[in-house]
Amino acid sequence: MDLQTFWFLLIAVLFIGYFFLEGFDFGVGILMPFVSRDEVDRRVTINTIGPFWDANEVWLITAGGAMFAAFPHWYATMFSGFYLPLLLILLALIVRAVGFEFRSKMKEKWWRSTADHFIFWGSALPAFLWGVALTNIVIGLPIGSDMNFVGSLGALLNPYALLGGTASLVMFTLHGAIFLSLRTTDDLKERVERVARLLWVPAGVVLLGFAVLGYRHTVLFEGLGLVPGTLPMIAIVSFIAVLVFMQIKKFGWAFAATGATIVFGTMVIFQGMYPIVMPSSISSDYHLTVYNASSSDLTLTIMSVLALIFVPIILAYQGWSYWVFRERVTRDAITRS
Amino acid sequence: MEALELARWQFGITTVYHFIFVPLTLGLSVLVAILQSFYYRTGDLHYKRLTKYFGKLFVIIFTLGIVTGIVQEFQFGMNWSEYSRFVGDIFGIPLAIEALTAFFIESTFLGLWIFGWTRLPKAIHLACIWLVAIASNLSAIWILMANSWMQVPVGYHLVNGRAELTDFVAILLNERLLVQMPHVILGGFITGGMFVLALSAWMILRKKQPEIFLKSAKIALVFTAVASLLTATTGHDQAQDTVQSQPMKMAAMEGLWETEQPASFSLFAIIDQEERTSRREIRLPYMLSVLSHNNLTSEVRGMNDIQAEMVEKHGPGDYLPPVAIIYWSFRIMVGLGVLFIAVAFWGLWLWWRGKLQEHAFYLKTTMVMLFLTFVANTAGWIVAEMGRQPWVVYELLLTADGVSPSVFESSIWISMTAFTLVYGILAVAAFYLIWHFGRQGAPEEEEGVEKNLHTY
Repeated sequence: MDLQTFWFLLIAVLFIGYFFLEGFDFGVGILMPFVSRDEVDRRVTINTIGPFWDANEVWLITAGGAMFAAFPHWYATMFSGFYLPLLLILLALIVRAVGFEFRSKMKEKWWRSTADHFIFWGSALPAFLWGVALTNIVIGLPIGSDMNFVGSLGALLNPYALLGGTASLVMFTLHGAIFLSLRTTDDLKERVERVARLLWVPAGVVLLGFAVLGYRHTVLFEGLGLVPGTLPMIAIVSFIAVLVFMQIKKFGWAFAATGATIVFGTMVIFQGMYPIVMPSSISSDYHLTVYNASSSDLTLTIMSVLALIFVPIILAYQGWSYWVFRERVTRDAITRS
Repeated sequence: MEALELARWQFGITTVYHFIFVPLTLGLSVLVAILQSFYYRTGDLHYKRLTKYFGKLFVIIFTLGIVTGIVQEFQFGMNWSEYSRFVGDIFGIPLAIEALTAFFIESTFLGLWIFGWTRLPKAIHLACIWLVAIASNLSAIWILMANSWMQVPVGYHLVNGRAELTDFVAILLNERLLVQMPHVILGGFITGGMFVLALSAWMILRKKQPEIFLKSAKIALVFTAVASLLTATTGHDQAQDTVQSQPMKMAAMEGLWETEQPASFSLFAIIDQEERTSRREIRLPYMLSVLSHNNLTSEVRGMNDIQAEMVEKHGPGDYLPPVAIIYWSFRIMVGLGVLFIAVAFWGLWLWWRGKLQEHAFYLKTTMVMLFLTFVANTAGWIVAEMGRQPWVVYELLLTADGVSPSVFESSIWISMTAFTLVYGILAVAAFYLIWHFGRQGAPEEEEGVEKNLHTY
C-alpha cells in the first residue's frame, strides 16, 4: 500500500470515528428537548454525554488537521468550496459547546432555555449538514482546472444532498436514542427506548431511499449491478439487527449495531470514491485524487510514524474515560449535586 | 472592500478574539494545577476551595478558547485556500500533531478532571489537571511552530510553486520557534498570574474570605514576578533574532527609515508612511544597537534600504508593512511588560512588609493590570503578524496570493458579520459569568465529602 492510500484510510478512519462518536452525542442533543419531562430529565440527558462530547469533537479537529497535512488540496478545495455550509457547522459547534458549558451556570429560566436551543440546533444542524456535504462530495462538484470550486451555493442544495442530510440526521438521532437508553434509568430510559423503536422505521425508509437513489446519482455502486457488495451488505444487516436487538431488549448490542451501520455506511462512501477524493462534475481531468491532492512522501512518512505512535495511546485513554464514567446517570445523582 | 481585505479583517478579528482566551488558558491551567498540588500535599481545604473557584472560571475560559480555535483551523481552508495549498506540506504537520498530542489529552482529561472528583483516586485526579495544563502549553508550542515557519521558512524547497518539506528537524528546531515560543508562553503565564492575582485582590478588597484569597494572591505574585522577568529577557532574544531574520519588521518596530550606525532607539515618533519619515522624534542614542546586537556600535538597517533590496529580489512592489501600527504596538507591549514587572515586585515587597492585604490602592492596581495583559498580548501579535506583511510566508508568498479565489465577497461579509456578532454575545456572556462566579467566592468544602466541579 502506498502512503497516499494509507493516509486516505487514516482520514476515513478519523471521519468514521467522528461520525460514530459525535453521532451519538449529536443524537442526545437533538433528543434532549423531546424526551425530557422536566428540568431534572434535561440535566440527566446532558450529563450522559457530559464527560465525552468535547473529546468526541476532537476527532473532527484531528481529521481537519490531518487533511490539511496529508492532502492540502483536498482540504483547500473542500473547505473553500463548502464555505457557507461550513460556516453554519462552525457556528453550530460554537453555540453547542457554549450551551453545554454555560447552561448550568445560571438558574434563570431564560438562560437555561436559551442554552437548550443552542444545544438542540447546535446538534441538529451539523448532524444534517455533514450528510449534505458528504453526499455532495460523492455526487461531484463543479471543480475547475485550478482545483477550485466554481459553483454556487444553490448547487450544494440539490434534492439528493438534502436527502443525504436527512439520512445522517435520523441515523445519528437513532444512535443517540440507543446511547441514552444505556446511560439512563427508570421513566426516562423507557421513554428513550420507545423513541428509538419509533425512529427505526422512518430511518429505514430514508436510508433505503438514499441507497436506491445512490445507484442513479453516484459512482459508488458502479460495476456492482444488483448485488450490493460486502460493505453495503454489512451496513444493511446491522441496520436490521438494530431492530432485532431492540425487540429482545439488548440495547448494548443495538448500540453496536447502529454504530456498525454508521461505520460501514461511511466506509461504503470512502471505498466507493477511492482513489478520487473530490470528483469534478465538469471533467474527469479535474478530479482530485489521493495522488494529485497529497503532500510529499516525506511529510506523509513523518505523519505516519506519529499516527502509529499516538492513535493507539489516544484510543487507550479515551476508552479508559468511558470506563471511569460507566455508571448510568440517575435523577438522584443530579438532584444531590 | 475586496475579498482579500475582508478575509484579512475576518482573520484579524477571529485571531485577536481567540488570543484573549489562549494566554489565559496557558497560565491559568498551570496555576489551577499548582493550587491543587498544594491541596494534595497539605490537605488544607483552603487550597481545595481555591482550586474549585479558579477551576470553574478556567472551564468557562477554556470553552471559549476551544470553540474559537476550531474556527481558526478551518478558516485556513475556507478563506486562504491558496495559502493552504502552498504551505500544507509543512504547516499541516504541526496542526495534525497538535490535535493528536494535545487536543485529545486536553479534552479527555478535562472531562475526567471536572467529573472525576468523586470517582478518581486523589493522585490520579491531580495528574488529570496537570495533563490538561501540560497539553494546553504543548498545543501552543505546535501552533507557534507553524507560525514560526511563516515568519522564518526553513527546511523546504519549492516544487511547482509549492513549499515541500525537506528537513523536519529544521522545522522542529527553527531558530524563530526557539525565541518566540518561550516569549509567548511566558506572556500567557503573566496573563494567568494577573488573573489569579486580580480576582484574589478583588475578594480581599471586598473582605470576602480574605484569609483564603491571600494564599492564592501570594502564589500568583511569585508566579507573575518570575514570568514577567523571563518574558522580558525572552523578548530581548526575540528582538535580536528579528533583526537578523526579518529586518523589515525590526525597522518598522523602530520607525527607522534610514540605516544607522550606531543606531538610536526611538521613544516617540509620529510616523508618516506616505512621506517615509518619522516626525517629532525623541531618540535614545546607541540603545537600538544594544537592543539589536548587545553592543554600542552596530549598524541597524532602515526601511528604505530594505525596500530597495526587496524590489531587487522580488520585483517591483511596496514591501512596507503598516509602520505606525507596528511602531506603537511594539511600544505598548514593551511598556506594559516593564509595568508588569514593576507591579509584581511591588506586590512582593508589600507581602514582605506584611501589608499586601491592607494596601487597597495596590489591590485595585492589579485589577487594571489584568485588563492590560490582554492589551499587551494583542499588541504583541500585531507586531508579529502585521510586521510580516505584505508577506503571509516571509519572502515566499504574498498575503494577496494566499486568499481563496472561489469565495465570494458576499460570503465573507456574511461570515465576518456572523462571527463578530456571535463572538460579541459570547464575550458578554463570559464576562458576566466570570463576574457572577467571581463574586461568589470560593465554594464551601466539607472534610471527606467529594463533589464534582459541576454537572451540566
